[in-house]
Amino acid sequence: MKKFTTFDGLVAPLDRANVDTDAIIPKQFLKSIKRAGFGPNLFDEWRYLDIGQPDADNGGRPLNTDFVLNQARYQGASVLLARDNFGCGSSREHAPWALEDYGFRVIIAPSFADIFFNNCFKNGLLPIVLDEAVVASLFKKVESQVGYRLNVNLEKQLITTPDGKEIGFNVDVFRQYCLINGLDDIGLTLGHVDEIKAYEARRSVEAPWLFS
Amino acid sequence: MSAKILSAQTLYDKLWDAHVVREDDNGTVLLYIDRQLVHEVTSPQAFEGLRLANRRPWRAGANIATTDHNVPTTGLEKGITDPVAKLQVETLGKNCVEFGIQEFGMGDVRQGIVHVMGPEQGATLPGMTVVCGDSHTSTHGAFGALAHGIGTSEVEHVMATQCLIQKKSKNMKVEVAGTLQSGVTAKDVVLAIIGEIGTAGGTGYAIEFAGEAIRSLSIEGRMTVCNMAIEAGARSGMIAVDDKTIEYFKGRPFSPTGEHWIKAVAAWKSLHSDEGAKFDREICLDGSAIKPQVTWGTSPEMVVAIDARVPDPANETDPVKQEGMKNALVYMGLEANTPITEIKIDKTFIGSCTNSRIEDLRAAAEVAKGRKVAANVKLALVVPGSGLVKAQAEKEGLDKIFVEAGFEWREPGCSMCLAMNADRLEEGERCASTSNRNFEGRQGKGGRTHLVSPDMAAAAAIAGHFISIDDLSSSSQKGK
Repeated sequence: MKKFTTFDGLVAPLDRANVDTDAIIPKQFLKSIKRAGFGPNLFDEWRYLDIGQPDADNGGRPLNTDFVLNQARYQGASVLLARDNFGCGSSREHAPWALEDYGFRVIIAPSFADIFFNNCFKNGLLPIVLDEAVVASLFKKVESQVGYRLNVNLEKQLITTPDGKEIGFNVDVFRQYCLINGLDDIGLTLGHVDEIKAYEARRSVEAPWLFS
Repeated sequence: MSAKILSAQTLYDKLWDAHVVREDDNGTVLLYIDRQLVHEVTSPQAFEGLRLANRRPWRAGANIATTDHNVPTTGLEKGITDPVAKLQVETLGKNCVEFGIQEFGMGDVRQGIVHVMGPEQGATLPGMTVVCGDSHTSTHGAFGALAHGIGTSEVEHVMATQCLIQKKSKNMKVEVAGTLQSGVTAKDVVLAIIGEIGTAGGTGYAIEFAGEAIRSLSIEGRMTVCNMAIEAGARSGMIAVDDKTIEYFKGRPFSPTGEHWIKAVAAWKSLHSDEGAKFDREICLDGSAIKPQVTWGTSPEMVVAIDARVPDPANETDPVKQEGMKNALVYMGLEANTPITEIKIDKTFIGSCTNSRIEDLRAAAEVAKGRKVAANVKLALVVPGSGLVKAQAEKEGLDKIFVEAGFEWREPGCSMCLAMNADRLEEGERCASTSNRNFEGRQGKGGRTHLVSPDMAAAAAIAGHFISIDDLSSSSQKGK
């Protein structure tokens, strides 16, 4: 997993609530057995005017020029500003894979759906929860100021705006540690093999039907 | 620890405590997983991860696989014609052989939607922790299991370690009091709950559904309720074990037998919240006031009763919500204040992990019996949840009832719930669907989904528009 320490990036605003993972990456792309290459189909139904197909070339497809990520000023965006309940619906990890593959490293919203939130951390993507009022003011700033960037410091849990204003945020200690160090969860868990085995030994006596 | 045991616990607390392998000072827990269900869409990258790291499953037997999302529901003799889908289904087969995991593949009568197959086989049981790379894993909470969806990285993590790294959720109780009116189903109950608390109402919580109306539901009905806990934002929903639960699991292929059964039943009887257990949030609904529900928008919380009208965004004060409502009306091609019963449909889909079990099919067949699908309905699909559900339905003659009424009787799978296979809506088509998500594009780009119960879906197919069962019965359509 990519390490995440500090990050500075262009912000793109996605001004709608309840953006679901079907919208982030539509079902037909889930047929892939690979983990990479979903970026060109991120928000496919909003981004293009035709219907996208897996393994097809996206280069010549007609773009929906109204969609925010197709606007010239947001090209190269790597911080996504979103509304409530971002990432709701399906548990597909293809959603964070697509966001990461497109180039996003940070998503800021007043709230996230639980499974999506969790999936982000497994893929070097940092979801940040901020108060609704703070998010609303960021939307205003981003829309009024071309080239609006944010600096994110994960260690200090601090966002710095272009005018030097600092916004604090909270991240779970364990997740912060894993992200900063780019750690593989499985490797960490396998450091507790003895405890897993001890649990199984105890549990197989209490509830033997679970182990037969 | 002793204080924990002495104080009153919720069902969630009990299930959680029984599966804690270790806990860090910061509350991060290694939680033991008893059962992982595996399907073709969210597993290939997990198996690939194991291969790359040269890892084997910790307990291969704790995993069980089937194909559901990508399988065609017609023309099975031709196999899968979509080469990308075919490769994914074949990849699951190969991975299961390589890693020693039992799979119910295409052609096996036990194949079906993971969340139908699991309980049907007794492969998911009360008291278990159950995970799957699918958000509707919450279904298995219906019988007092702690069950939730996970991403592919976690699928790999569970395969490799039999554990998940977790933080405990908060406790929420949703009580549905009173007696449900006749014709009101589990689907209506859960849609009404989502309408009440919203699609993010359960975010951060594990929901326990309780109350007289919930207890009155069959185990299959309870699965429908817990299935859609995720649509209320909660990763897991659950219902206490009672005699119905124990009866349901008696004699299933993976259920314990003999001494183990006796021991298991004794343990399962404690799977309920203790008197006085504390919840972080409690909601109470009057079950007797719930009417059959129909969603009108692009989020499951956009739901009203069958006798209501499409809401007017002008009456919404929150600007973000108002904008969402306006967008939804445009996408759905609806005008505010239109009576729900005046909305005409193009297709009907009866199926999905929410409503494809035998009781769902019986309910829909009861409505369809002796009637005909309306001329304006281009396609009325019935997709059983598993090969065994299909066989049972055919034994009862339900297939004939559907076919005679003009429905198509298909092979088991996820089908038009998410339209990964050929079953989908075309741009602008409107569907009465027993599935769980009415998101934009969910059933096909530009497709318009209205979530309903099997009874209401069948009635809409017959009438050609949404209609209450009473109105359908009093119309002259029967026997036409």
